Amino acid sequence: MAQSSTGSGPGAAGHAVSRRGLLRAAGIGAGALAVPGLAAACSSDSGSGGTTKGGGSSSKITFGSNYSDPAPKQAFASLISAAKAKTGVTTKINTTDHNTFQNNITSYLQGTPDDLATWFAGYRMQYFANQGLLDPLDDVWDKIGDNFPDVAKNLSKGVDGHYYLVPIYNYPWVVHYNKSTFASKGYEVPKDWDAFIALCKQMKKDKIVPLAFADKDLWPALGMFDILNMRINGYDYHMKLMQNKAAYTDKEVTKVFDQWRELMPYLQSGANGRIWQDAAKTLEAKKAGMMFQGTNQVAAQYVTDKKDIKDLDFFAYPAINPSFGQDYMDAPADGFMMPKKAKNTAGAKKVLEYIGTKEAEIAYLKYDQWDVGLAKDLVAPTYNDIQKKSAQMIAQQKAVAQFGDRDTDPAMATALEQAIQKFIGEPTAGMISTIQQSLAKQAKSIFNG
Amino acid sequence: MASTVNDASPAVAQAPKRRRRRLGRLTKKEILVVLGMLAVPVVVDLAFVWGPALASVVLSFFRWSGVGGLHPRACRPSGGLIQDNGCFTGVDNYHRAATNYPPFWPAVEHNVLWLLVFIVIATPLGMLFAVVIDRGIKGSRVYQSVLFLPVMLSLALIGIIWEFVYSPNYGLINTVIGHNQDNNLIDWLGNPHLNLWAVLVAATWRQAGYVMVLYLAGLKAADPALREAAQVDGANAWQTFWRVIFPTLRPINIVIIVVTVIESLRAFDLVYIINKGSNGLELLSVLVTNNIVGETSQVGFGSALGVVLLVISLIPISIFLYQNFKRKEGR
Repeated sequence: MAQSSTGSGPGAAGHAVSRRGLLRAAGIGAGALAVPGLAAACSSDSGSGGTTKGGGSSSKITFGSNYSDPAPKQAFASLISAAKAKTGVTTKINTTDHNTFQNNITSYLQGTPDDLATWFAGYRMQYFANQGLLDPLDDVWDKIGDNFPDVAKNLSKGVDGHYYLVPIYNYPWVVHYNKSTFASKGYEVPKDWDAFIALCKQMKKDKIVPLAFADKDLWPALGMFDILNMRINGYDYHMKLMQNKAAYTDKEVTKVFDQWRELMPYLQSGANGRIWQDAAKTLEAKKAGMMFQGTNQVAAQYVTDKKDIKDLDFFAYPAINPSFGQDYMDAPADGFMMPKKAKNTAGAKKVLEYIGTKEAEIAYLKYDQWDVGLAKDLVAPTYNDIQKKSAQMIAQQKAVAQFGDRDTDPAMATALEQAIQKFIGEPTAGMISTIQQSLAKQAKSIFNG
Repeated sequence: MASTVNDASPAVAQAPKRRRRRLGRLTKKEILVVLGMLAVPVVVDLAFVWGPALASVVLSFFRWSGVGGLHPRACRPSGGLIQDNGCFTGVDNYHRAATNYPPFWPAVEHNVLWLLVFIVIATPLGMLFAVVIDRGIKGSRVYQSVLFLPVMLSLALIGIIWEFVYSPNYGLINTVIGHNQDNNLIDWLGNPHLNLWAVLVAATWRQAGYVMVLYLAGLKAADPALREAAQVDGANAWQTFWRVIFPTLRPINIVIIVVTVIESLRAFDLVYIINKGSNGLELLSVLVTNNIVGETSQVGFGSALGVVLLVISLIPISIFLYQNFKRKEGR
């Protein structure tokens, strides 16, 4: 359910467990997690408890990473070796498959976590900060604060106003298309809903699937819900809904699904049975005209499949309600946190202070062709056109949301994802009212117990 | 527990020329051996089966995210995003599962359907394979290996294999029958009216091989004299099997029934690989996992679902044990 670059492909095979096997696996998992912790315990005598400031060049930390795919793994290694050169802190990276890492996060943070760990911005970080599982990073932010715009600062704060995260990159959710398709057919980038629908109609006439679409993995269609809600009802309402301050039975939510219903004939059919990688392939093959998803997925897929990324371009989701225009979007940010149980806090903070610089983001982005850094005015020398445009576009937003499953309680996000699958299977007015009522009822029990 | 009793009895029997009616007649060493042989399985059983099971029952009355401890006080409403944690909710989790958790009833229904398909289709199919192979048709060893092959694969792997078969645009079936274009494709795994059946085909593909092997073992053990006698008496093949051979297979049949029930209750891997058990593929085991493992971490709610599964599992287990002990006594 976690929204991550390759989060839910067939690679999820590793998680086949029976009910009884689960307990066993949990035991083994705890054991495996304990090992890096032990290593940390042995090596962190120079800076235990966070009281010894500046552990010196002999300082060592461990870093729990879920950047398990080759490209992010390489980028992360590049970041860490740059950090070592700059701070003198030796970092041991403990990489875990990202699905496993995310599934085990609760027991990981309460067991023997590493000194630093990869994580996500937004509620997904606040949830753990609020339960006292993370250490505040206010003193780190005192030093790196000037490097970041306010948007990035807000993303890194818990509900108590303290900082708990240092971000590394983010990426926009936008409508992707092939430049060659648009050029050869004379299509133009639509600015508003009417132009968007007209373009979809034209594509259909030209025997092209207007929008490649997939939702077997459950989370991709949540992006469509987010953007429609932000375009129609605005960012503030969207966040209110995510934070249980508005109800799913509101007429605003009905409007979102009604608008979606209008788009339904132009979305690739059979989405509930398709993984997003296959949808991206229809765009790559130019059988589809457009695809709405994160650059972290679509652009990355072009690179993985060795397709021409220079032909790929994107535009912001068309405006629907003129009072909100194209002011908002989902731009999920990933970063790093320090578990409460970290051993070498001094060394960890030193590394974070480095990571929170432009220079560090450039080191990371050397091996990443689809994400963009968050530092102020950052244009990494390795940026391609996609990244340049992404950075520009995100900077223009009045506010950015993280993503449906990062902004709300995970159980609620799952309920919403399943409701959306039902809607995709049967996009009728009756179904909309059924799922609205069911969601409101579930929200009540999820949030109020 | 039945096996514990069995394990212990040979040890008792070894006592030389002593009547084993009374424990007091055993030497100290023998008593220690008996106690040891009983204690080890009992401790293991308690620690790894009943301990966690009871813990699940206790947890099912709490609202708990897996962080911090449990408190013996009622939950307070939160109103915001962050909820009260580790507090007592009574039967609220069960109530919620039954009334306010859309995947719950479909999951129960799918588990029952799974069981029915295994009983009505997979088991007879496996039996048929076994009987045909047992008759020694040409190349029976090849068939045997081919049909048994899926059993050796993990269900997770089977899930991946069948995903390739069912994939809408690039899958085997749709490509072969020419339904892989977006305007005519058959959405095997995405259509909630179709996907459970598609998955059941994959599950049956494996289960039939499993049943076949068990029956083959039983058939090989059946006394050939019985068959000959039946043929001498003028019974045809059909009568020979059903009237003579099948009744001798009773122990195997009980094993098969238990295996079938267990396999259909623990069905998990296939649907989890395909879409984490949503959109028509809900199963109780997946709901338990989805709520406990992962960031969702509704440990109490997931435990309540687990207890439901436990209660359902206890029914066939009790029947099996009852039958087993009854048979022992009758001997």
